[in-house]
Formats: sequence, C-alpha cells, structure tokens
Amino acid sequence: MLKRPPALVLQAPGSNRDLAAARALTLAGAAPTLLTVGELVEAPERLADFRFLLLPGGFSFGDDLGAGRLWAATLRDRLAEPLARFVEAGRPILGICNGFQALVKLGLLPGRRALFEAEVTLTHNASGQFACRPVFLTPEPGTRSIFCRALTAPIVCPVAHGEGRLAASPATLAALEAEGLVALRYARADGGPVAWPDNPNGSPGHIAGLCNPAGNILGLMPHPEDHVLPTQHPGYLRGASGHSGLPLFQAGVAHALQLD
Amino acid sequence: MHVVRIEVGLKPGLPDPRGAALCARLQAAGLTGLTGVEGRDLYLLGGPALADADVARLVERLLVDPVEQQVVQGGGDHRVEIAPLPGVTDSAGEHLLDAAHALGVSALAYAGAGRAWVLRGAVDVEHLTRIAAELLGNPVVEAIRVDAPVPVPFALGQPVDATVEVEAIRALDADGLLALGARRRLALNGAELSAIQAHYRRLDRDPTDAELEMLAQTWSEHCVHKTFKARIHLTEAGRPPEIVDGLFNQYIKAATVKADSPWLRSVFVDNAGVVAFDDQLDVAFKVETHNHPSAIDPFGGANTGVGGVIRDVMGVSARPIACTDVLCFGPADTDAAHLPAGVLHPARVAEGVIAGVGDYGNKMGIPTVNGAILYDPDYRANPLVFCGCLGVAPRGSHPRAPQVGDRVIVIGGHTGRDGLRGATFSSMEMGADTAAVAGSSVQIGHPIHQKQVLEVVVEARDLGLYTAITDCGAGGLSSAVGEMAAELGAAVELRHVPLKYAGLRPWEIWLSEAQERMVLAVPPAHVDALRRLCRRHGVSIADLGHFTGDGRLDLRYDGAPVVDLSMAFLHDGIPRREMTATWTPPAWPTSPPESADLAADLLALLASPDIASKEAVVRTYDHEVQGGTVVRPFVGVDHHGPSDAAVLRPFGADDAHHRAVALSNGINPHYGRLDPYAMAWAAVDEAFRNAVAVGADPRQVALLDNFCWGNPQRPETLGALTLAARGCHDAAVALQAAYISGKDSLNNEFLGEDGERHAIPGTLLISALGLVPDLRRAVTMDAKAAGDVVYVVGETRAETGGSAWARLRGGGGPVPAPNPGALALFSALHAAIAAGLVRACHDCSEGGLAVALAEVALAGGLGLDVDVRRAPGAATLPPGVALFAESSSRFVVAVAPADAAAFEAALADHPCAALGAVTAASTVRMAVDGGTLAWDLGDLARAFGGGG
Repeated sequence: MLKRPPALVLQAPGSNRDLAAARALTLAGAAPTLLTVGELVEAPERLADFRFLLLPGGFSFGDDLGAGRLWAATLRDRLAEPLARFVEAGRPILGICNGFQALVKLGLLPGRRALFEAEVTLTHNASGQFACRPVFLTPEPGTRSIFCRALTAPIVCPVAHGEGRLAASPATLAALEAEGLVALRYARADGGPVAWPDNPNGSPGHIAGLCNPAGNILGLMPHPEDHVLPTQHPGYLRGASGHSGLPLFQAGVAHALQLD
Repeated sequence: MHVVRIEVGLKPGLPDPRGAALCARLQAAGLTGLTGVEGRDLYLLGGPALADADVARLVERLLVDPVEQQVVQGGGDHRVEIAPLPGVTDSAGEHLLDAAHALGVSALAYAGAGRAWVLRGAVDVEHLTRIAAELLGNPVVEAIRVDAPVPVPFALGQPVDATVEVEAIRALDADGLLALGARRRLALNGAELSAIQAHYRRLDRDPTDAELEMLAQTWSEHCVHKTFKARIHLTEAGRPPEIVDGLFNQYIKAATVKADSPWLRSVFVDNAGVVAFDDQLDVAFKVETHNHPSAIDPFGGANTGVGGVIRDVMGVSARPIACTDVLCFGPADTDAAHLPAGVLHPARVAEGVIAGVGDYGNKMGIPTVNGAILYDPDYRANPLVFCGCLGVAPRGSHPRAPQVGDRVIVIGGHTGRDGLRGATFSSMEMGADTAAVAGSSVQIGHPIHQKQVLEVVVEARDLGLYTAITDCGAGGLSSAVGEMAAELGAAVELRHVPLKYAGLRPWEIWLSEAQERMVLAVPPAHVDALRRLCRRHGVSIADLGHFTGDGRLDLRYDGAPVVDLSMAFLHDGIPRREMTATWTPPAWPTSPPESADLAADLLALLASPDIASKEAVVRTYDHEVQGGTVVRPFVGVDHHGPSDAAVLRPFGADDAHHRAVALSNGINPHYGRLDPYAMAWAAVDEAFRNAVAVGADPRQVALLDNFCWGNPQRPETLGALTLAARGCHDAAVALQAAYISGKDSLNNEFLGEDGERHAIPGTLLISALGLVPDLRRAVTMDAKAAGDVVYVVGETRAETGGSAWARLRGGGGPVPAPNPGALALFSALHAAIAAGLVRACHDCSEGGLAVALAEVALAGGLGLDVDVRRAPGAATLPPGVALFAESSSRFVVAVAPADAAAFEAALADHPCAALGAVTAASTVRMAVDGGTLAWDLGDLARAFGGGG
C-alpha cells in the first residue's frame, strides 16, 4: 500500500486555485504534482502514475466560449483514452469550480451516459453576476460519492463563480436525485429554508455538487480547498471552528489508498 | 475573404438571466415598447479555405453547449450586434483560433467573438441606436450595429512599413516648436522642446520620429514626474514666500529618510516598494492610477490599470497576493443633461470600471481585498481609478543588475497599435474629442496571458535566469528598455518584436503599450532555459538584442537606424521646471450643521452613497482566492459589516510564526477642498488607524502616496498640491512611518466644448501596509457578545467641516485637525489588542461616532446601549456634533467585561472612556444631551444596505 498516494493537479492556462488545491491534498495525506495540460498531452501515459486527479478552480482559457468548455475540449481531444482508463479504474477525480465545469462539459459528470456525452451543464448564475461569499454545504444522505458519503459535518467554504447554476432537463434532475448522484447541497447553518444568497447561483434543488454512479468522480462549485486551516473559517475571529473542507480531500485520498 | 457568421443562442424555454437583466435596463432607459431580450454569442470565422465541414466541426466541438445551446438565426423584431474593433484585444477570438488549430481545423485563419442581442417588441430604432452606444457597448473599442451585421473584427494587417521620418527640428522657431509638439501630441513645454532642439543642433542632425516620441515618453509627466521634481515658488496667504525644493525630495522622500525603518528593503527605486515580512519573505506594494483611460473606456481602462499594477509587482520579481482598488465616480443619479459633451454617464463609468477591476483580479487569481468607492459631482468628467497590488518574494530574490552582453528579452503578449502614446495622453487634460483622438490609447487586458507570464517569471526567478526585469507599461518597450539600459546602453533590433499584425512603423512598435509584456535581461547561457519555461506555459519570447556598455541606445529596424540616443541625454537632459504656487484658504461656514432630527440623520448618513454598504460591488470580486484572507472585506455574524482593513496570510508563509499583513487606505477629498494640509493628515491618520484597528503593529506600518490633481500649471492648484504634500510629510514623520512607493496623476481636467473647465477635487489616497504580529490576535469590527463594554478611544472635537453630516445638512465648522500625538495612542491600543484584550475594534471616520457605533452593532447583529456624552471630549459638544464630528485618531472598541480593567489600564494615559455595553436587544440606543436616540437594528441595516 502506498503511504502517500501520488495525486495530479492538472493546470490549464488560467487555473488559479491550483496551489491551494495542492496544499489541501498534501494536508489530506497525498503527494501532489502539478502538471500543465500541455505537459500531460506530451506524455499522456503519465496519467496512469497517479492515484488521484484534481481539476482545480480558475478561469481556464479565460472561460472564453463558456466556463470550462475549451478545457473540456482539449481533454477530450488529446487525453480521452488515458482519462477513460483512469475513470474505469475507479480512481478518484475531483473537479472544483472551473474543474467541475470542465468535468460536466466533458460529460464525465454526472456520467449516466456514454463516456464524454454531456447531459447537464453549468451556466450563468441566476443573479447574472459573479459572486464571492461563504456558503454552508451539507453532504447528501445516501449519495454515491466516495468523497461525501462519510462526511460527518457540513462544510463552510467560499464560492467564487459566475457560472455555477446547474442546468438540466426535469427528467435528468429527477434521475440525479433518484440515483444518489447529488453529493452536496447549499443549506443554512440554522436549518432554515434555503434562498439566495444561501444558494448563490440559483441551482435547482440547491445542488452544489454532483458525482457519477460509481461515486469516484465528484464535482462541486464551492471551494473546500479554501477552508482546510482553522484560520480560514469565515468566523475564525468570532471564535468559530469546525466545518472544514479537509475531510472531503481525506475521503478521496483514503479511497485512492484502498484501491492499491 | 470568406467569413462565416455563427450565432449561438439558448434552446427555447431556458432562462436567460443576462437577457432579462438587459431587458429591464433598456426598458428603464426609455424603450417602453420592449417586451423581451435574448442574448446570443456571435462568432465570425474567416479563412480562404474554410470549408462547411470545418465550420460544422467547430460548432459541434467548441461553440455550442449541447445541453442548453443551439445555433440560431434571425428572430425578434430588432437586433444589436457588437464585436471588437479590428486590433482590439479579443481574447475569446484568440482562444477560439488556438483551440480550432488544436482540433485540426487549420483552415480557420481568423476568428472573432462578439454578442448579438435580439429584441422583441415595438422599439424606436433611433432611440435604440443612441442607447446601444451607451449601455450595450463602447464605440471606442467596439463596433455596434443596430439591425445590421457588425463588420468583421479581424486585424488583417497591412504591408510592412519600415518608414522612419525625420523631423526638421533645428530650423524651427519657438512657435514652430510648439506646433510640432501639438501635432505629435508630445505633451512637452517650450523649455523642454528647446532642450531637444539644442541637443540636435549640437549633434548637427535632426531627430527621427522614434527619437522624438521616445524623448516625449521618457520626459512625460507620467514617467518622469516633472511637477514633483520641480522647484516651486510658493506664496501662502499670511506667510512669507517660500521655495520648495521638489515635492518629492522635500516632503515624500524626506519623511522616509527620517523614519529610517530597518524593515524597509527597497523604496522609490523599483516599480514597487518592498519591505520585510519575515526572515524569508519580502512584501512588495504598489498603487497606480488609470484615470484617463477609464474615462473613455471604463472596462478596458480599469482592466488594464489592474493588469498594469500587477505587472509592477511582477517587475520586482514578486508573486501578487492581493489587489486593492479605490474608485471615485460622479453620482450615479447625475442628470445626463448636465454632463459635458463627450463624457460618459457616471453610472456607466462605474459599471464598466467595477467589471474591469473584477475581471482582471478574478481571472488572474489574485484576491481583491480592500478599497473604497467615493462619489462627488466633480468626478463626473474625470473618474479616478486607483489600483493597488501586493506581492511576496523570497528575500533577496530580485536581481537588478544587467550585465554587458546580457540579452534584451521580451516575453508575453504580441505588439500591436494598441495604447500608442498612453504616457503622453495621460499627461494631458481631456476634452470633448478625446475619445475620438485617443481611442488608440485604450487597451483591453488579457489576464489569462498575464497569469501565464507570471508563472514564467516566478520560475525564472527561482532558477536565477535573469539579471534584471521590468514590466512594459506606459511607453512600452521604449520605457522598459530605456530604463533597464539607462546605465549600460543597448542595441536592439525591432524586426524581432512579435507583432499582432503587420504594418506598424518602427516608432509604433517601440512605443506601443500592448499589454501583458515583460522585459528581462538574460545572460546568453540562460536564454534556452527561459525559452523552455515559456514553452511550458505557452508564452511567446523574443530576443531583441543585447546590453552594450557604451551608454547609447542603438535601435534598428532590419538593420537600418531608428534611434541613436545617448542614455545620459535621454534620462538627464530634461530641464528642471520652475513653477509657481499660491494658496489662499477658501471661505466656508464656521458653524456646524443644524438638524432637528438626529435619528433621521444617522439613517440618512448610513444610506448616503459614500458610507452605504459596497457589498453588492465587492462580492463581484474574488476576495478568497489563494486562501490567505483572514479579515475579509465584510465580516460579522452574517458577513455584512464593513472591515477597516484586510488581513492576509501570504501563501507559503513560514509555519513557525503567525505573522500576517494588513492592507488599508485613507482618503477624503472633501476636507481637501477646505484645507489640503489637514486633508493629508486626515488621510494618513485614517489609513494608519485602519491598519491598527485590525491588529497591525504601529511600528511596522508603511505608507504609499497617490496624488490625483488638476492642472499644476495653475498656481492655486499647485498650491493645494504643495500643502497636501507637506501634510503627508508632517503626518508621516509624526507617526514615524515611511513612504515606500507613490505616484502622481496630474491634469485630471476636462475642457468642455463650451469652454467650461471640469477639474477634480485634489484627491490624495494614502494606502497602508502593516504587519500583524499574530493573526490569531487580529480583530474584526463586529460586536461579538452582549455584555461587552463599549469604549471610544481618541478625542472628539467640534470638527464637522467637510464632514458627511455637513454634506447632508449644510453648515461647516473646522476640518479634523492634525493629531501629532496619534502614534502613542495607536501604540497603546495595539498593546491592548496584542494582549488579546479587544473583542471588536472599528475605525471612526466618515459619519463620526454614530455611524461607527451603528456599524459595529449591525455587523454583530446585536444592540448597543451607550451614552455618547461620555466619549472623550464629547461632554461639552452639541448632540449632533458629538454624534457626527469626524475628528481623527478615534476608534470604537468592544471589550469583554473581564478584560475591562486591563484594557482601561493599557489606555490609561490616553483619551479613552466606556460609553455603555453591547446588548442582546435589537435596538441601538445612544444617549445625548436632551434625551436618548434609539433605532431598530433592522432599520439601521436596511439603511446601510448590503446583503447583495
């Protein structure tokens, strides 16, 4: 068994939460490496060396043509095969914010259809604006996500995006709910009814994160990597603690270890 | 050329938030018959061999999101199409072209991206055409067409043009010199033009166009700060005449020399000021302005302003970790009929500037953590955009000594005709035709490109690949290479500069201010390694020449001479200006405002644009990225309380300590109208105390000065500037603080077609960078717990002149006076904070004690029960004055009851008094002479706004 599973943080031009993601992986017990998409395209076989793949937040290709779309197009055209093998091996893949957008546009999430066939998308927030604010996330009971099913506490962390509203047909939304593919929802700390800005983008069902049927791929709009230290809690200077995003990374690392 | 137009819209029935928002705005703008708006992406694809199958592949793989989008055509009753003008940065078009080629669609030769808005309903086309240019796009950088196809945005380029013109300057008389200066927009005065003429007479030849342009750029106010270096003859009412031996030397630099702080690493010599963070890291801080460009293209101007100041920090080899921005606009409700011709509406300016600020920082992944927004009618024609950037670098990692033989390397963006003469443009006043004449001075940023350049710079720094680095800002390569080669000289071949399109003349290549470029001095042995880094990050690199050691600039195009100048003349040939300044204090009312309803006044003040919550704006900026923001812009129980300063823990800081950085600012142009000297004191005090309020150590606060002023050729304008600079000096000396960087932006004036002159109020921004010794002891401004004792620290005086209350109710009174004893007070408060005795601390500034107390309460979601008469100095003041006076050096502090005695002991030698307590009630009660005022917490929160 590997003590520190090798994890790949894959950078696109415009990725900007890559270093924070690598820090979270390190704290969670993985050994992260940062590679650009270009470097991986030149040596696609390297993907198989990793036990965990993380697509970090940022503005890949400036979000031109739509958030995550050009990143997804590059991955599909140049890395489809190694990615497919990685997915089929059940290794954990985590897409955060822009990485989630790319996974959705790549068709790896929710992954109910053939590989690389998109079924849902992430589009402009209902407010029409980019929004940066703290959110309260609850793991969905009964989710298939290997990242979320063992979470024992909600996560408090920021969102920072303009295109985070989940869009799908009513039938697809119903299927996501019925099949345990909803991983995380926006909620309120007091348990009260959720409205804007608790749900910052207007996603139906207050869905913040999705997984695939096998549970090894998770995508979410909020940034758990921005709350892995006690001082990062938005209420830290009011004495607040807990609700860290780190357990989510730890669950992914634990899964990666268990595969070997 | 074969051009294919592709329109991508949403599938029927899907929500279109952006279309709906625009529909509401257009209806509000008078298009009453409008019933709906649909937004579409518009792509223009060109290439001689582009086949239908290529287009189909691009549509399927890149242009359409199959879940919610489809290709559409026509529809609606009217349409507005918008696309970038040829040559304007089109990042989506560039990315589309790259992605198409990666897909194997090599027949795509040109790609442009625009928008189409499809309108439904009966619309007056003439009206639509007029407001389209105001609300939908900006004709300075975009083509806008109503009910007609937009022209293709491709910059096709022209034949190579190596023309170098010679200007016959030697034969000109004085008028001829000034005419030459005007024709080329050199922004030089008669003495400076004569110095150039004399130089060429000595050389026995005439200058080339590139030489003249380079001299004008190097000698521009923007680049060389002639006014701050000038000898000033000052006449102040009631005082003997005085000579000021340079505002910079005598006031700004002198304060820094006197502070003699051991933690200063590099001040005034580089693109940014640098101070020590700990034993391993230095922090660099720089604040710039981008006012003129933001006036004519708010988005692009602010966008490239942020990009530029980030490059300044990259130019000291630092990784940017935070951005700040302070914005001054005309009132949003300005009647358009009262705007001078050629001026954009302030609401439009604000919207564009805010979007431009957010776009750059968000996309580069730099948190925007501190700032301010001010409104005043005198900013209508001249908005101010102050952009700041903080960065970190390992101690001693920034090399600054190019060697003879090192290569002159440019990395990053390609060069186009964008941004020509920006340095001289920003040194002139504006007029009704400025947008038309200076359109080419405006640029659009490409933050993703700069992010890639940043990664190259940081890795190259860590590998020691360069001996010097600077950014390409105002003046482009001319300025960057001119400065870097100031000692050694350089030989440069312009043909090697990568161009966006052919047809630029040599002087245009040299002066272009195309964005996202850095110049590096690289030893020949390291060039290949740098090329590999650039390849890894997709950044272009070009080797332009070498540093020679002969002290000359030898600039050629394809071997033919373009510039042959001695560096000594270029940098030292400018004659020092002698300038005249006068100051007579204006008359203003001596009595304070009068009001019959102080309770209503507090609500009105909380709702006034300067004081009201800026949360709706600030939440469009990413203030979390990099994960180091400990004190955020909004704090408190529901995150709606306005912070005094940001506190950041730099990424990668040593785990062995808990040190952090505080960033804050101080600004108040209203005091300056009455007393510029007192304004400077107030701004320095405010920036400093904001940093202290969150936990910064007063012995480790560094200052930055940014002056935005009118035309200094007017003696009274220069007089006010001189007094403000003197105030900066005296206040900093009293606080034993150093200025580590600064900048001035002058000539912020607009000459209307009717001859009316619109000048800004002299505006001084002081930015502060403070070290917080232990972030676990940092303090936020929100009330934490019922029962905590509420104190006011600092003396309240009858200082209502220029106050927010006076602007609300009229009247005047003295402006806040200098407080030479502030340092001792701040140090005592800091000792209490560092000892963990302070639960909440809030700066008291605009709106006085009443506003500060209300903000503490609403941020904490808790009530207050206080007696304002107990505040030091307040007992003898009229109630309104006690509540709303804006005396400097004051704080509202909340302390746990158990710590009250220790806190009082810590502040024993200073004005400090307990006013009452935090309560669990939902009311804020303030006792004043004649009774107790009370407000419902919800009413205060609603007046303050936010939650957006």
